[in-house]
Amino acid sequence: MKKSLCLLLCCALLVALLPAASAEGGMVTVYNWEEYISHDAIKLFEQETGITVNMTYFTTNEDMMVQVRNSPSSFDVVIPSDYCVERLAAEGLLEEINFDNVPNYANIDDQFKGQYYDPDEKYTVPYMWGTVGICYNKTMVDEPVDSWSLLFDDKYADNVFMLDSIRDSMGIALKYLGYSMNTRDPLEMNAAKELLLDQKNRGIVKAYQVDETKDKMVAGEAALALMWNGDAMYAISLNDDLDFSVPQEGSNIWIDTMVIPKGAKNKENAEAFINFMCRPDVAEMNFNEIWYSTPNTATIELLGEEYTSNHVINPDQETRDRCEYFHDMEDVIKIYNAMWTEIKSAK
Amino acid sequence: MMKWLKKSYLALVLLFLYLPITVLVVQSFNAGKSRAKWEGFSLRWYAELFHDEAIMKALYITVAIAVLAAIIATVLGTLAAIGIHAMRKRPQALMMTITNLPMTMPDIVTGISLMILFTFTRIERGFMTMLFAHITFNTPYVILSVMPKLKQMNKHTYEAALDLGATPGYALRHVLLPEVREGVVTGALLAFTLSLDDFVISYFTTSPMVQNLSTLIYSKARIGIEPTLNALSALMFLALLVLLLIVNRRASNAQKA
Amino acid sequence: MYQTLTLPAWAVWAIAVAAAAFIALCLVSIKRNGGVKRSYFAMPYTLWMILFTLVPCVLIAYYAFTNGGTGAFTLDNFINFWDSNHTVNQMYAEMGPEYEVLITRGTVNIDILIYSLWMALLCTLICLFLGYPAALFMADREMRLGATLVVLFIIPMWMNFLLRTIAWMSLLEDQGLINSFLRALGIGGVKLMYNDGAVLLGMVYNFLPFMVFPIYTSLNKMDVKLLEAAQDLGANGPRTFVRVTLPLSLPGIISGITMVFMPSVTTFFIPRILGGGHTMMFGDLIESMFLTANDWGVGSALSLVMMLLILLSLGVLRKADPEGEGGGIA
Repeated sequence: MKKSLCLLLCCALLVALLPAASAEGGMVTVYNWEEYISHDAIKLFEQETGITVNMTYFTTNEDMMVQVRNSPSSFDVVIPSDYCVERLAAEGLLEEINFDNVPNYANIDDQFKGQYYDPDEKYTVPYMWGTVGICYNKTMVDEPVDSWSLLFDDKYADNVFMLDSIRDSMGIALKYLGYSMNTRDPLEMNAAKELLLDQKNRGIVKAYQVDETKDKMVAGEAALALMWNGDAMYAISLNDDLDFSVPQEGSNIWIDTMVIPKGAKNKENAEAFINFMCRPDVAEMNFNEIWYSTPNTATIELLGEEYTSNHVINPDQETRDRCEYFHDMEDVIKIYNAMWTEIKSAK
Repeated sequence: MMKWLKKSYLALVLLFLYLPITVLVVQSFNAGKSRAKWEGFSLRWYAELFHDEAIMKALYITVAIAVLAAIIATVLGTLAAIGIHAMRKRPQALMMTITNLPMTMPDIVTGISLMILFTFTRIERGFMTMLFAHITFNTPYVILSVMPKLKQMNKHTYEAALDLGATPGYALRHVLLPEVREGVVTGALLAFTLSLDDFVISYFTTSPMVQNLSTLIYSKARIGIEPTLNALSALMFLALLVLLLIVNRRASNAQKA
Repeated sequence: MYQTLTLPAWAVWAIAVAAAAFIALCLVSIKRNGGVKRSYFAMPYTLWMILFTLVPCVLIAYYAFTNGGTGAFTLDNFINFWDSNHTVNQMYAEMGPEYEVLITRGTVNIDILIYSLWMALLCTLICLFLGYPAALFMADREMRLGATLVVLFIIPMWMNFLLRTIAWMSLLEDQGLINSFLRALGIGGVKLMYNDGAVLLGMVYNFLPFMVFPIYTSLNKMDVKLLEAAQDLGANGPRTFVRVTLPLSLPGIISGITMVFMPSVTTFFIPRILGGGHTMMFGDLIESMFLTANDWGVGSALSLVMMLLILLSLGVLRKADPEGEGGGIA
């Protein structure tokens, strides 16, 4: 008995110390949002290139920034949002991409290239883009949803899910008040804070959460929710009563991009991965699984009518023009943080 | 009458404790993905479980860490208990205070202090750092399980063995260790289960690359738990139950013998 | 699959020197005593604890008392704890006179601390009132249930704590199981989730066993003859309970309070899942300081305050139970 136990423990020890089978083609470590890529696409990539993909996930841009700052070289490809790219580039945490290895970059729509966060097209390849709007349950809301004012209306007391995300929630409050989402004026921010505090105090907010919201909307837990368009698309696909709208006051438009962090150990594999993700059929696989808007024109051609006629994932130019990109707030973010903590902890 | 009241009170408390667990297990047999709607009985999630790479990898890491941490903590802790027991009063009190310190510290502070240590010394967080952290919070529990057995032991047995010509090594193996064996086994099991269930400390001492089951569940919790995780925890629950029964059998056999 | 350990050179040297010193000490000891002195067995453990418990504590103190940028000594982090708007107030002041209206003392951190202590207190009291009768009946020798019930109380703790909390969410949601059941009975839905009550429920659920075990242990150790003697001397049931049983179970109560109160102050995750993110506990605050705001100075100051509070309350509880007889789980 004793000996067999010893043997068992020794085996476990050995197994634990053995490194996992290392692949011949090398590997690439990708740091991505949860559920933001097609697993079939990854498998296809591994088959075609022999490179093993090591997927790791984050849930908010802020969490991701902490990890990348701590050890940028742990990752080969990271998928941050626009304003975080601005920050990462400013901190010198990004590696320049060798675009000779990314010929599929040509498939990307020009309006998403050379954005403010990467004007010289050195560091980024757009992955997905989207907007923020209101996901609503048509059986519970019988008025047109075209204004943020619905989120602040007593009619929907205890019936609204807000995003537990500083920039998004503060941003829409600023927009509703007619300010820029990128304001650096504390008086404007303070007005937004008061609005959100009031919204909470009047009992309108049911919960502050991020990814749980979509499943709860499908289950009919609330009438209105502040939501990203891709999540809304997912929810709508599971519940016909739901719809999505980007209010008149304007909203946030964002681009998630693929970047290579400084000192990445497998830079060429990273470039191969980025190139692969821009291939029309692969971007189509990703689109079909995660429902966010693709910046890939070749893919849009493949998808055809199904894509272009969908107002949730393919908002018209007018809606896009109403929207604003987030910019990096530098030190002013501390004011946002302080105000948000105040809102979250208010009784 | 009183007895009936008492029993029903206990039954109510147990119902409270087991209600969510029942829900969890029932959900693992639900054919659909939804948490609220019952769509028929199915073993689908149990089958999918073994094809889910992320879960399998996390399971492997959890078990590897628990086994390694339990072994190292048991060796470290047993040696330490013997050492501390042989100390004079003052250093002994000091060592016991140091041992009690991590047990009274909130998990979150322990986790964060270790995270700071690893960042400060530029040790990349991952498997090794999580292992170190688990050994750190496990060892005091081993010491506290072994210590009482040492105190119960007759002080003079060990010295008698030495007087009779045993080398210290021989006396240790044949006199000391058999006496404390029960405490060592308890300590090792305690360390193993603690390590298996830990979330907070693992959360702060690992990187997103190396996830154990708890941190995996945490990141999944935000996007909606898949029933595969319910299936896994039902299976692990069963495994621990079997382990408990075996240990109990052994204990009662040992008592008979 | 996992990373290699990349220690800086000085750390490797430090560890090498420590190891060499340990071996040398052992060798000297073997020469002198004809064997390793037994108290040296504790050396690896001592070294381990210095490296992984004491040094990290010192580091927390270091970050709490220094400025993140310059590394100079400062009390700013503690001022920030007292006045959560301290840093932003300075920013407003620099921006110009029209922003001075915004300058106010931020009470967020103190509010969260008070709220956490209050919730922990409520949780401890509920656990005590729910758990004491349970422990009492478990220890009832007439019923012979003790050992089995202890196992039944331990088993739920093996289910992952996060999953158990999420299972509560399935039960409590507006469209959840309890409300569906009520609606099927024709009773309207009840708001069970997204409030303090749900957070409290989650906490009580997780910590109840830690109250029951110590009380059960101390009650189980009690000599039955004492109860019989009290009754023989004419004390009635309630009187026996108040004068004999309760005082004798006091060590168990105190260690139960310790084991519930301490961890519940720093609860995190539960408010987020069951409370709908409406409130924050001190654990959430510390976590967000380190992982979201990336402000290690204030985060460390908060951790230090937390440790201080815990040590203080431990001191108070030790006073009440100087023997420390309460014991652990078993």
